[in-house]
Parts: sequence; C-alpha cells; structure tokens
Amino acid sequence: MQKSLYLTSNGRLKRHENTLYFEIGDEKRAIDIENVEQIHIFGEVDLNTKALNYISQYGIILHFYNYYGFYTGSFLPRKKNVSGDVVVRQALHYLDREKRLFLAYCFVESAVYHMMRNLRERKEAEAFLIAIEDEWEKGRFNISNIAELMGLEGRIRNIYYQSFNQFLPDDFAMEKREKRPPTNPINALISFGNSLIYSHTLSQIYQTQLDPSISFLHEPSEKRFSLSLDISEIFKPLIVDTVIFKLLNNRQLELEHFDEDLNYCYLNQEGKKIFLKEFQNKLETTVRHRQLNRNVSYKGFIRLECYKLIKHFIGDQIYSPLRAWW
Amino acid sequence: MEDIQEFSEIKFQGIKINYLYICKRKLWLFSKNITFESTSDKVLLGKVLHEYSYPKENTKEVLIDNLIMIDILSDGSIREVKYSSKMKEADIMQVMYYLYYLKQKGIQKQGIINYPKEKRKEVLKLTPEYEEKVKQALKEIEEITTKSIPPPAQKQKICKSCAYFEFCWG
Ligand code: SF4
Repeated sequence: MQKSLYLTSNGRLKRHENTLYFEIGDEKRAIDIENVEQIHIFGEVDLNTKALNYISQYGIILHFYNYYGFYTGSFLPRKKNVSGDVVVRQALHYLDREKRLFLAYCFVESAVYHMMRNLRERKEAEAFLIAIEDEWEKGRFNISNIAELMGLEGRIRNIYYQSFNQFLPDDFAMEKREKRPPTNPINALISFGNSLIYSHTLSQIYQTQLDPSISFLHEPSEKRFSLSLDISEIFKPLIVDTVIFKLLNNRQLELEHFDEDLNYCYLNQEGKKIFLKEFQNKLETTVRHRQLNRNVSYKGFIRLECYKLIKHFIGDQIYSPLRAWW
Repeated sequence: MEDIQEFSEIKFQGIKINYLYICKRKLWLFSKNITFESTSDKVLLGKVLHEYSYPKENTKEVLIDNLIMIDILSDGSIREVKYSSKMKEADIMQVMYYLYYLKQKGIQKQGIINYPKEKRKEVLKLTPEYEEKVKQALKEIEEITTKSIPPPAQKQKICKSCAYFEFCWG
C-alpha cells in the first residue's frame, strides 16, 4: 500500500541526489519516495523547489497544517488523470437541481447511517439514537432543497454530539460542538480528525478524474475543494469518531495531551502523534469487500466512493453511498 | 512537435484496438481518459523498459516523419513488448494496425511481438485478411467510443488482473 507520511517534528525536507531526506537537526532520515502517496506536514518544515520538483515527479501530495493542527492547504503536483468528459458530466449533476439534491441526500444519508451505527452498541446512548432516528424519519421525506437538507443534518449532528457525553470519560465532557475555535479537548479532537479526513479524501479524489471543486451538498464556493467536504461526511463518523472513542475510552489520550491558548484548545505534539498513529492504523485496517471478494482498507473505501461517483456521472451506475455492513 | 503528437496518436489508437479485443468497456473508459495506474503496473513497466531498452546500434532512429523511432529495429521490423501471451489476438491486432498504418505511408514492414517473460517472440505479416480486420476494428472502435454511456461491466477472467477491477466491481 502507498504510504502516508506524517511529519510532526520541525526540520527540513531535502533532495540529495536521488533521495529525499527529512533532516531533524543533524539527524538525516531517508524517505522511501517510491512508496509514499502523501506527506502531511505538522511541524515547521523548510523545503525548496528542488525538493518540491522531485516530490511532484512521484505524484506525491503535500498537505500542510498550522500550529494548532488545522489544515491550511495542499501542494498538488500536476494532475495526470484528467478527463474532460467526466468533469463536464460532474458539472451537469451540479447544475440540475434534482440531480444535485439526489447526491447531497446520499452523502447525508450515509453520514447519518454511520452516526447511528456508532451509537447502536452503546446502551448509554440509546435515547439519543432513538432521537436521531425520529428526526431522520420525520425529516428525510420532506426535503425540497439543499438548505433544508443541511438543516436536518445539523439537527441530527447536534443530538449525535450531545450523546458523546454519555459514553466518553467525564473529563472529556462537551457542552456543544464548536468549530472555530475549539475551546475544549473533545472539540479539538473532532476538528483535528476532520482536517485529516478532509486532506485524505482530497488525496483520493486527486488520484481520480473527479474535479474536487465541484460539489453537491456543500456549495462549490464554500471551499476550494468542496467535493472533499462532501465525501468526508461519509467518513467522519466512520473513521474520525471511532478513533476518538477508542483513544479516549482506552485512556490513550488524557487531558495532559492538550494545550490551551487564549482562544484555542489543541493537541500537543505528543497528543498529535498518538492520534495520528491510531488514525493511520484505522485507515489501513481492512474489511472483506463482498463484491470484490478482496480486502479493502478504510482508505480504499474512500477511493471506491470516488469510483462510484464517476460511474454515476458517466451514466453507468446510479450512486449508492457506503453503508458500512461489517 | 506535430509528428510526435501524431506518433502518440498512433500508439493511442493501437492500444484502443488492443482493448477492443480485451474488453469493450475498458476501451470506452480509456477513450474518455478514465484510466487508473496501479502501483504494480508501474513497477512492472519499469522492469520491462529496463530489460528491453535495446542499445542504440540496434535500432534505426529516424524512419518515417521522424516518427516511430524506438520501436523499429534495424532489421526492418516494428516491435511490441508484451507481458504475457494471454491476450494474443488483441496483441496481434495491435501490431497489425501499426503495419497497416505504415502501409498507408508506403512502408512495408513486418511486426515482432516479444514476450520477454516467456522468452518468446512472434513474427507477423500484414495479410489482406488482417487488413480487412483492422479496418473493421477501427470502425467498431468509432462506434463504441462515441456512445454516451459505457458498455456495462461483464465479469470475465481477466477482470481480476485488470486495472479497472475495483472501478467496475467495487
Ligand atoms: S474489470 Fe472487467 S469489465 Fe471492467 S474494464 Fe476490466 S475487463 Fe472490463
């Protein structure tokens, strides 16, 4: 499997002859460039065009995060897989109101399905699960536009996040979900994890013919690569939240792994490392795929979602979003 | 530059002929630039190119229109390298297409397919029957690739090793 590399230390990415190194002080680590798909940069890292050009030869994507762990942007090498045909048809699905709503609904449906899946086994959260089911069944058939769909999703997400207090350790209680800035540990974790899912999804989209800027649930004007936001919805509860539950309930992450600024609460370096390790483990975890009769990793499932969208756009097969069956 | 472009166009058409015989869906997807490069492909390709980059003395550098340089050997043949002889008919037709193309340019050649893994080669000549078949194939390619939706996936043995496997069946 092509690897993701996470650089949490400060240092320098440097090309020397035909090797890429990550230098931390006097220490020099060679990077196995042939097997790297993407590099996530969390620390303060210097790099020059010589390194960038070399990295782009291998089609490697660089994702950058700020001090707090928020996604700031990506360096995407020149795209190889371009199909004008796919892009035009993707745009047609955005322009047609019905077609757009269908896809937007699919993303939300899958997200809600995975939220419910996360609560299903937790006795303590039963009332919340029922509340979500109610809200969903009541609302899903009365949606006539994206705003209503977003509203429904927002209401469900609120109930969902409230339920966390029922089964996460008490010191990680959360009043409400706040995005920017997160001022308590659980919000900091959710934001950090969502940043990661966003960039990983972008990497997968980038390997296909999809145009990351044409989206359906989110407005294309919202963010540069808003299709990544759309597809991320499916994987946030499936990947990010389960990683958070595991790390907190196993006491692998404690309050000491968080730092607080005037406005922010965020993971410190040690905390980031713990989170990234578990997150990467999750991405690499495989599940037997029934149709393919092959093992597919969680990361692979993100790619398959992209494939299904392409098939939908070219009129091959109607999109049916992932519903984790395992 | 134009010549080089023309050359890649010939190659492009050649691959399409190949796909026509392997899987029509694959042909359609390829014609829309929906392609996926699997990691194992990359490795394999690198290996083959390395093993079979013939020394310069063996090849004629400029033959027609500054075109087919690397693939024409000094014995007057054009050569294709294939990983295995499993797709035989498809491979043959691809080379026949190149021969046909050259013939339109007034150049008569023979074709060679190397199967390096099997240490085998096949020598091919363009017969009138094959010429007819090439023309038919080109027509069929036109028909398939101008359709607005791809032919549906149909499971066959080669799906398992096809770069589109996860795309078609996932
Ligand atoms: S996976 Fe099978 S159906 Fe799909 S393109 Fe390849 S050969 Fe054709």
